[in-house]
Amino acid sequence: MRIFDPHIHMTSRTTDDYERMAAAGVRALVEPAFWLGQPRTSAASFVDYFDSLVGWEPFRAGQFGIRHHATIALNPKEANDPRCREVLDLLPRYLDKDGVVAVGEVGYDSMTPEEDEVFAAQLALAVAHELPALVHTPHRDKARGTERSLAVVAESGLDPGRVVIDHLNEVTVPLVRDSGCWLGFSIYPETKMSPPRMVELLRTYGTERMLVNSAADWGRSDPLLTRATGEAMLAAGFDADDVDRVLWRNPVEFYGQSGRLELADDESAGEPAGEATPGTFEGNSILRGGS
Amino acid sequence: MEPEPELERLRAALLAVPDGRLPDRDWLLDRDWLAEALRRVGAEPAALGRLFAAAGRRCGRTPLPDLPDWTADDAARVLLLAALPPTELPGQVEARYREGDAAERRAVLRALPLLPVGDAGVPLLHDAIRTNDTRLVSAALGPYSTRLDQAAWRQAVLKCVFTGIPLAAVHRLHDRADAELATMLAGFADERRAAGRDMPADATALLARLSVPHRSGTPTGPGAEEEA
Repeated sequence: MRIFDPHIHMTSRTTDDYERMAAAGVRALVEPAFWLGQPRTSAASFVDYFDSLVGWEPFRAGQFGIRHHATIALNPKEANDPRCREVLDLLPRYLDKDGVVAVGEVGYDSMTPEEDEVFAAQLALAVAHELPALVHTPHRDKARGTERSLAVVAESGLDPGRVVIDHLNEVTVPLVRDSGCWLGFSIYPETKMSPPRMVELLRTYGTERMLVNSAADWGRSDPLLTRATGEAMLAAGFDADDVDRVLWRNPVEFYGQSGRLELADDESAGEPAGEATPGTFEGNSILRGGS
Repeated sequence: MEPEPELERLRAALLAVPDGRLPDRDWLLDRDWLAEALRRVGAEPAALGRLFAAAGRRCGRTPLPDLPDWTADDAARVLLLAALPPTELPGQVEARYREGDAAERRAVLRALPLLPVGDAGVPLLHDAIRTNDTRLVSAALGPYSTRLDQAAWRQAVLKCVFTGIPLAAVHRLHDRADAELATMLAGFADERRAAGRDMPADATALLARLSVPHRSGTPTGPGAEEEA
């Protein structure tokens, strides 16, 4: 089972987790910039954080053969802190980096006017940098927050096919499916979504535009729940190709829209293993493209 | 090493990369992009930031067939820095390192000995050696590392042994290795032996060589300039 975790906060995880993830089949991941639990007091603190997302974390992941990519943004919670507003000015520099495959996590936390402003400004950056966007949905007042997020996306001019709306559940799925955006599900030990519930959603809605992630972070979470979801799919009668679509080809297709995804030759979206072309460049960017 | 001929060799080796517009492979080098980027950097130095970040996507990341110690992205970034007006160079070298991802930082470190920046890049070497990123530590121990003082240099060599960087990455290792480095390596070897762990073979060989008393006239002693 090859796994691409499209949303996991490795900064908050140990190197042992990388080792266990590699053993479980995780070969690539995307680490979105987010809130670290402790509020930051200045934009400079974000510089160090973003630097690690394009420096140290890819190195750490590489020790276990895992390809690390990032999404960069000012998260919704800290969008409300005036001390962090200058982060918006830093973003363009990071959105030019090779490993940055989307703008995110953007979206709503408490749905304040400040969040409105920062959300819209960052979707405009996604348009300007020709990058997809990862939209977090709020934990409180989620259904209305999701509706409002979809309205902001529609206003932004960003193609819905280049947007994933994340942390969905049974209540919010239909809204997002109808919008044309991608659907993200964070499989947690107890809260957001569980493997059995996820399997039911896949039965109901199919595998198209569905992204399954562990969203593992500093809270109670488990980086191997992507694998557990794949196993639950198989036990429920999905075949290996369905699992590969959800856990590998879908995230490759979504983040591949950045033109910056780098995977080994045998791990491209549709090609079978073992067709590496000698002379293609190291890193074997299979979804090439310019910026 | 003479910087200018080295830069010209780098330019020739990069431009010798096969044309990317072959149907059966990724583009390896976008020549038009590179030519335009080099022109633009000379005329408009502030444009370098975005061009520097994009160089890997535009020029590829393979080792150059004619200079396999260099990858295309490193070479392209060195040429971009070299295309700057000289007055812009110190500020841009610093900015491209400080604002760079790991690949951009590595390219800046590799560029330092080829650019007329004097000692201005030494703080960047110290920064790179403080990291645990082996790509940066090894790039910091190239030819520009002759500007590191001997204490910092020894610590960096020992860090290579600790982090598994082959000692072949260290410029002028055998010229510069001295009795103090031998003492440090011997201490490390003792700890490894006590723990029942292996010492890297290249470190063992270096220690053995340093432990043999030098006959006078052998060319293996530390270079006088670095003892200052």
